[in-house]
Amino acid sequence: MKKKLHVTCTINGKETDFLCEPRQSLLEALRDELRLTGAKEGCNNGNCGACNVLLDGRLVNSCLVMAAEVEGRAVQTVEGLATPQGLHPLQQKFLEHAALQCGICTPGFLVAAKALLDQNPKPTEHQVRHWLAGNLCRCTGYDKIIRAVLDAAKAL
Amino acid sequence: MKDFDFAAPKTIAEAVALLSKHGEQAKILAGGTDIIVQLREHRRAADVLLDIKRIPEVNELSYDAKKGLVVGAAVPCYRIYEHQEIAMLYPGLIDAAALIGGIQIQSRATLGGNLCNASPAADSIPPMIALEGVCVIAGPAGTRELPVEKFCTAPGKNALGKGELLVGIKFPPPKPNSGAAYLRFIPRNEMDIAVAGAGVSVVLDAAKSKCTAARVALAAVAPTPLLVPEAGAALVDGVLNDALIDKSASAARAAAKPITDMRGDADYRRHLVGVLVKRALNIAIQRAKGM
Repeated sequence: MKKKLHVTCTINGKETDFLCEPRQSLLEALRDELRLTGAKEGCNNGNCGACNVLLDGRLVNSCLVMAAEVEGRAVQTVEGLATPQGLHPLQQKFLEHAALQCGICTPGFLVAAKALLDQNPKPTEHQVRHWLAGNLCRCTGYDKIIRAVLDAAKAL
Repeated sequence: MKDFDFAAPKTIAEAVALLSKHGEQAKILAGGTDIIVQLREHRRAADVLLDIKRIPEVNELSYDAKKGLVVGAAVPCYRIYEHQEIAMLYPGLIDAAALIGGIQIQSRATLGGNLCNASPAADSIPPMIALEGVCVIAGPAGTRELPVEKFCTAPGKNALGKGELLVGIKFPPPKPNSGAAYLRFIPRNEMDIAVAGAGVSVVLDAAKSKCTAARVALAAVAPTPLLVPEAGAALVDGVLNDALIDKSASAARAAAKPITDMRGDADYRRHLVGVLVKRALNIAIQRAKGM
């Protein structure tokens, strides 16, 4: 095994450091080294969006980012959405609209939807569908997810 | 994934030294949307992965009315289409940058990576060829330039020699009365690999009734992205009308050498080339007329 790398970054606003193998993806480092298991491994090749996180505020597939790349950068994961005061409005609306069934894709959809609302607080349905085209859900048929995001935009 | 080392050189010289030392066993990481998947699926192999994003030159994105556009090899798609001036001046490039993958991919994927990956179906390469893009390549012997249409040499293979690195792509400033466009065909609305694609550019005369120069490049119908000089030449000097555009499309169809695979058979792809070239030319001409 290659020598481990020491990586320092910010995760959900908190200065964090971890050791990782040079070959590990950010997704693997989050899940296996930092025990932040919110981001999910779906396809592991950039198609499904279940591993979505924000890297310096941009939406990325963490399976397509190397862990060592995040040295000095800011990562936000689904774990950073809720506060001690309660759920993020997106999480609340996903519950109210039953916008999930098995739930594997949900963390990715939440992070992707947050990235959308951060830059476009009042998106149209078309914009929501276009933005979320990189997130796959095999249960819901998407309609409930789209409604939840639109409703959350109203609540925010 | 097979074990490899990770390096993040901060200068071109440092990257060239590492590439020279490791040869084929060094792989470059820019956006990672191809190379990480290929390493994971054992389609390419590396002893060391070089993250070039800490090198200032490969992150350059600039436009100058005299010098034109420079797109560093590690500039992700979103930076290009979110740059208002560049988006206005190079809509043909934006057509491709804004349709590659979803938002997540556009946060990372780069034109430089699309070139180096050398897929025959790469969406950004035909418009880069149509816009007369030139690759800037650094290596042990210094810097050299190569037109984009000569960069890809076979599926998955490019013209980079040992120790060489793509630094960026340069484009001349848009000529007066010029326009460009890229169109591809996929069987769904979003996020698929091109069955065929066409990138075109036109320059019109002052009266905007004749074409003085044109370039037509195709995706997914040959082992590499394909410049078709005959299709461009067919447009020059005649009065711009449907018949002339048909002539250009026929020349493109004749030059296409598609294969049959799961995305479409050869005859279908050849047909698509004609349709896409016509449609892309009409968009480019409208843009050249400023409409």
